[in-house]
Amino acid sequence: MMKFFKKQNLFCVVLVLCFSLTVFSFAQEKKEEKKEPIKIGAIFSITGGASWLGEPERNTMVMYVEKINKAGGVLGRPIELIVEDTEGNETKTVNATKKLITKDNVIAIVGPSRSGSTMAIIDIPGEYKVPLISCAAAESIAVPVRKYVFKTPQKDSDAALRILEHLKKKGVKKIAIMSEASGFGDQGRLQLKKYAPEYGIAVVADDTYGPKDTDMTPQLTKIKATEAQAVVNWSIVPAQSIIPKNMKQLGMTIPLYQSHGFGNPKYAEACGEAGEGIIFPAGRLLACDTLPDDHPQKKVLMNYKKEYEERFKDSVSTFGGHAYDALFIIVEAIKKAGVVDKDKIRDEIEKTKGFIGTGGIFNYSPEDHTGLQKDAFEMLTIKNGKFVVLQD
Amino acid sequence: MGSIYALAALGFNIIYNATGIINFAQGEFVMLGAMLMAYFAAVLKLPLLLAFIVVVLLVACVGLILERGCIHPLKNPSILVLVMITIAASILLKGVTMFIAGKEVHGMEYFSGENTVVDMGGAKVPTQTFWILGVLGVVVCGLVIFFNLTLAGKAMRACAFDRTAASLMGIPTKRMVMFSFFLSAAIGGMAGAVIVPISMADYQSGAMFGIKGFGAAVFGGLGNNFGAVSAGLILGILEALTAGYLSSHYKDALPLAVLLLVLFVKPSGLFGSEAAGRLKKF
Amino acid sequence: MMKRNIYIPYAVFLMIVLLAPMFVKNPYYLGVLVQVGIFSLVTMGLSLLMGYAGQISLGHAAFFGMGAYASAILTGTCHWSPWLAMGAGMLITACVAWFVGTPSLKLKGHYLAMATLGFGLIVNIFFLAEVDLTGGPSGYTFARIPHITFIKWTIKSETSSYYFVWGILLVILLLTLHIIHSRVGRALRSIHADEEAARAMGVNTAQYKVGIFILSGIYASLAGSLYAHYIRFVAPDPFGLMESVLLVTMVIVGGMGSIWGAIAGAALLIILPEALRFFQDYNILIYGAILLFIMLFLPGGIFGGSQMLWLLIRKIPGRRQEAKDG
Repeated sequence: MMKFFKKQNLFCVVLVLCFSLTVFSFAQEKKEEKKEPIKIGAIFSITGGASWLGEPERNTMVMYVEKINKAGGVLGRPIELIVEDTEGNETKTVNATKKLITKDNVIAIVGPSRSGSTMAIIDIPGEYKVPLISCAAAESIAVPVRKYVFKTPQKDSDAALRILEHLKKKGVKKIAIMSEASGFGDQGRLQLKKYAPEYGIAVVADDTYGPKDTDMTPQLTKIKATEAQAVVNWSIVPAQSIIPKNMKQLGMTIPLYQSHGFGNPKYAEACGEAGEGIIFPAGRLLACDTLPDDHPQKKVLMNYKKEYEERFKDSVSTFGGHAYDALFIIVEAIKKAGVVDKDKIRDEIEKTKGFIGTGGIFNYSPEDHTGLQKDAFEMLTIKNGKFVVLQD
Repeated sequence: MGSIYALAALGFNIIYNATGIINFAQGEFVMLGAMLMAYFAAVLKLPLLLAFIVVVLLVACVGLILERGCIHPLKNPSILVLVMITIAASILLKGVTMFIAGKEVHGMEYFSGENTVVDMGGAKVPTQTFWILGVLGVVVCGLVIFFNLTLAGKAMRACAFDRTAASLMGIPTKRMVMFSFFLSAAIGGMAGAVIVPISMADYQSGAMFGIKGFGAAVFGGLGNNFGAVSAGLILGILEALTAGYLSSHYKDALPLAVLLLVLFVKPSGLFGSEAAGRLKKF
Repeated sequence: MMKRNIYIPYAVFLMIVLLAPMFVKNPYYLGVLVQVGIFSLVTMGLSLLMGYAGQISLGHAAFFGMGAYASAILTGTCHWSPWLAMGAGMLITACVAWFVGTPSLKLKGHYLAMATLGFGLIVNIFFLAEVDLTGGPSGYTFARIPHITFIKWTIKSETSSYYFVWGILLVILLLTLHIIHSRVGRALRSIHADEEAARAMGVNTAQYKVGIFILSGIYASLAGSLYAHYIRFVAPDPFGLMESVLLVTMVIVGGMGSIWGAIAGAALLIILPEALRFFQDYNILIYGAILLFIMLFLPGGIFGGSQMLWLLIRKIPGRRQEAKDG
């Protein structure tokens, strides 16, 4: 009896190992021989906690890769896009990155969507010498400069600086900070606290909430009891549209500033009428109709907005724009390099100058892998449910 | 918020009483209710009451399908397998919702107009709070009447008490299990439907509702409906107090710590009896 | 007789583990296998607790995380040697496990599940909230977690990570197999079968339960340290509630009451999502469906399933009796 049982053990072990080996060897055989297309990898958080980031990014990539291929591709070769999902989980992100680099042999990677995920893989591009352009905003991605890592979104600190500038102009001396408990919220919170004294602004309250919270009344009640003259909220999750509602319910009349994470028309919609007058910094994409015609970005922005909205019947968000910028920076670099070589492409990406993207005008250099300045942010506000450029 | 936890906890209890299963898909019922409500009321612009009824019925049907498809076919399953099945089902429900409804977050107006508040001794209370409390009240009254005065309700209680004896008395226990899923899904749906205006509908919110509801159910003593409601409310209030007066970082941690302490001191929950504490083992 | 029976599957397993890198050369696949090894460590401990002692824990990701964070902080902030940090992590985890386990394990069934779940959540909130110590939600970014050095080799490449992790796993596996087939193992199974009876027979059930809880916590902590040195980045997300549920799922899918099952479960649930990457968005559906399918049709998990298959293959007349016994 005992012996019999043990044989079953053995059998089980063998069975499972056979299974895993078949899966692997099968997948390895599939490694294709034809070298025709240029492979570009993309890692976005398509499902999981940050899916509203990954979704527009993926859509954008898919749409423009199709377009490029229809127009004959790059260097006469089509682009093959391989999209991987991080599920917002750092372990999965590491796996996805290694898969793209070592199994799919991509020549460049766009993504990940989130700062935390990007930090988890930050050394991998350098290890394998594959250029990566992240769509996440955190400062620490590009500071210190890592040879193979670039990013397209504007810097968090620039958003904080723009907000503080505006607060100072309005004569605000005391602010309350709200932030979501995530990498994004945390970074913003730190930046605000770091730079506020330089603008003569005191932080009188500093509260956080969980990304999935549904009621911020307790935190706001606390803030209401302080002398704060404005609330600055730093968040990228849907929860932030609850704040203006809660504030209105509590009868709070002080202005609400949001971070660039608010740059999604869905959020404005979800706020409803309570969202009127929210001030936040964002790339110009969201309010591109209200830009003056001679603005250099206007044409790019209007085109992207039109094409995206026609194709996906969904409003654009700045996040998709980050992917757009990353894709075209890579494509331009391949064209300039003239060969499909990871290192040459990296060098060309670093030499990118005056590239007009959705986020701003990019100028990379060996010392700067962010490429954008503070003026890439425009202060926007909500008027009649629409994003418009703030006029004062 | 407490009321929602209470409603979710009630859902846990009903299924637990009938089957001894902790249905981890309970949170997904709440999420489904919220998603469907947002869809019917905000997109299709159905009248509120109609939307509400349709939502509750639809979610209840999902509960029914879950029972028929996954629980019923098993002949003699262990409790742990059943629990895993509900977890798998909740992953599936989440996935399906994601595909159908998309990853966006949906919101809607308060039942009695956007941002209407009632002034209560200086504190402004949104009107939706009263809707939620009202629904909770109605559900609790309804359950009391159902379990005490109707034949089906009494039969369900008999099942909870002793399944074998109940089936010997001619009560169709299998059907009771099915009905308990129907009922608890309906309650979950209601909870979801009333919460949309405050918290908005998100395909990922199910897990959170599930945990808090489970916490409340255990806190109050599993199987004890009165306990579930009180515990749900207590948890909600504790959370708000922690966030307001202590640290918003530890908003979720403190109620949990309290819960743990209560369990350590009184292992069968706040209102649970010793007898109910002797549970089916994993 | 009995000893030999432990060693045969073990030897086969050892061979397969040693030879696998000959067939799997791609770093990505090796990386996945490294993760299988890391998670197998956790599930082995959990399997001891669940399958043998019959206690559930929905908070094991917390122990996993404690090991990972201990390694990250002690090597990164305090510049300890990775080995020392790993030991310290296991010690801390053992203390916490003792502290939490002693009152918790008096609870039963769903109450125990809730208590461990609550504990897991609290630990996760701690990782999130103590920004100065853990780096908060952005993850530990104060310093890069160093590579681990074993005698004179630095564990850096995928291949060395593979041999390192699986080497440790093999040692622990041997230890675990010995525990199961010792007095302790029999005592644990008696608790699972009937706690009252076990106590009546003079088994100190409380002590055994807490002891095995601590042991499984240490396994998880060790795995966490390995994770930290392998991924070289820790953030609170991978140590949350869903991970705890995933760990329990691994044990159950693998088949409770079998250490081999625990490894099989970890392998399946790590490899499956990677294999399903091809399906992109649909993978959540397929993943859920496969889980549901396994639970519906193979309630004994992979291990139980393979037993059934084994019986089918050997279904020779006259062996019925034996089949029934198995």
